[in-house]
Amino acid sequence: MNGMKKTTGKNNKAGKGIKIFKKALAVLSLSLPALLVALPIALLLSGALMDALEMKEYLNPVFMNGEGFISWKLIPDYPSFENYGKLLFATPQFFILFWNSMKLVCCILAGQLLAAVPAAWGFAVYQARGSRILFSLYVVLMLLPFQVTMLSSYLVLNRLDLLNTHQAIILPAVFSTFPVFLSYGGFRGIPPQMLEAARVDGAGELTIFIRIGLPLGKSGLLSAMVLGFLEYWNMMEQPMAFLEEKSLWPLSLYLPEITWGQAGFAFCASAITLVPAVFVFLMGQDYLEQGIIYSGLKA
Amino acid sequence: MRKKRKFFYLFVSPGFLGILVFVLLPFGDVVRRSFTGAVTGKFTGVKNYGIIFTNQAFLLAVKNTMGFTLVCIPLLVLTGFVTALLLNGLGSRGWMKAVYLFPLAMPTATIVMVWKMVFYRQGFLNLFLTGLGTWTGIWGEVRRDYLGTPAAFWVLVGSYVWKNLGYTVILWLAGIKAIPAALLEAARVDGAGKWQRMWYIILPNLKGSLYTIVILSFLNSFKIYREAYLTAGAYPDKSIYLLQHLFNNWFVNLELDKMAAAAVCTGGFLMIVILILQRLWDGNEWDEKNNRKKQ
Repeated sequence: MNGMKKTTGKNNKAGKGIKIFKKALAVLSLSLPALLVALPIALLLSGALMDALEMKEYLNPVFMNGEGFISWKLIPDYPSFENYGKLLFATPQFFILFWNSMKLVCCILAGQLLAAVPAAWGFAVYQARGSRILFSLYVVLMLLPFQVTMLSSYLVLNRLDLLNTHQAIILPAVFSTFPVFLSYGGFRGIPPQMLEAARVDGAGELTIFIRIGLPLGKSGLLSAMVLGFLEYWNMMEQPMAFLEEKSLWPLSLYLPEITWGQAGFAFCASAITLVPAVFVFLMGQDYLEQGIIYSGLKA
Repeated sequence: MRKKRKFFYLFVSPGFLGILVFVLLPFGDVVRRSFTGAVTGKFTGVKNYGIIFTNQAFLLAVKNTMGFTLVCIPLLVLTGFVTALLLNGLGSRGWMKAVYLFPLAMPTATIVMVWKMVFYRQGFLNLFLTGLGTWTGIWGEVRRDYLGTPAAFWVLVGSYVWKNLGYTVILWLAGIKAIPAALLEAARVDGAGKWQRMWYIILPNLKGSLYTIVILSFLNSFKIYREAYLTAGAYPDKSIYLLQHLFNNWFVNLELDKMAAAAVCTGGFLMIVILILQRLWDGNEWDEKNNRKKQ
């Protein structure tokens, strides 16, 4: 890949100039999308620190639907933590919804660990009649969008009398096949000879899974956890369909309910919602990348 | 070997039982329901299918969903490829990748407020365009509503690319990195130019990546419903009324018979597309192996 650059400059000055120019061009064309990513985030964060009056002034044209344009300052004139105070101390609903989100995500991830990781190990290490076909079925299930399985989920949740409870969101998500696929990617890299050696030494299959499989294949299941967290923290379709009671809602459904009149409040709530996602993103960026690569292995 | 088979079932069955109960059996029930009336539960043959294929809303939604997919997937795949090439040429900086990936981590609900601020009639985009127009003197003030008009389609395309670019770039980068450096070096020594190497070595080696990227982009394209729903509600502009809206509205109105038929059609269609793409890719792999043997 470096060969590409080598041909352009054969150690003469003109070549070097072109090389630098090309590099600058590449950096420039890459920074434009980077800017497009950064700007909305900057808007969000500055909005979360803005005083209500100042924000009202900036957003006024939008409310009044009149002439003039929206305006903004990325560094507010009167920065304030007033919205945070209001949100954290005077809005108990916010806490309930925050913990709803946390509970849903944690239960789903824990359930996936129990259901999907052993299954992935089964697919990666053992062979049985029909295991290939079953795996293809898992791939197809992984790719079906929620809308296609919405009615079937509704029917089963209705039959089990789980509608309008958190289990209605957790249980179907626990048996998603996406984490099976990602964990499979991690387990596949373990050399079979190693497992064979452990068997010769007298280790049982369960011991092999726990003592060799889990530590060596952890990149797969960690990436499943990271991608899973980001996905379920952002989950909207399922709770919208299966949870009627607002006190059961996750944050992702509550945020859009806040009206324009409380824009500052909304920004602030958004910023707080963003915190866990950013935390997981920063801690797990390598696994996130790895997980994306696993997801592309043989979808 | 027999022992191994036992362990396969042991490890896979807990998850599989869950899938059976929560996905496979109820989907079988949906297939059955698609042939019966919603209220009476009597067998009605293909009547439900006849109803949805003459239903204006269904046809519109299918058309829009297909249109959206056909526009945004090639766009995303190409943008991602160019970005990955550029990043790769720079020796792929870690923080750059992080910047591209970040939108993936942002919950849709947190960013919808910002989208509204950008795309309202008095929003930032119009402010920017007006500024640009008066500065260059080519056009004057721009007062356009982007969310309530067919322009909403392009807002969705844009936010889809915004969100998924990082995912695609990572997949392309992994594909490019997997090409053996020796192969490229050999071609260079043999006198292949930059474009020749691109055409004869890099691109053919990325066929597998292309397949997975298309499939995963397709999967993620259905999640654009979140943005569409949050910016424009359950009944948005006609240009962005997607299958996802339709399913949701039928669900709310408890029109389960139509839903069943539509779910079977959509699921069946997707399955066929996935299997065809899979077959195409497997065929390719097979061809390559055969070619190698011949050589």
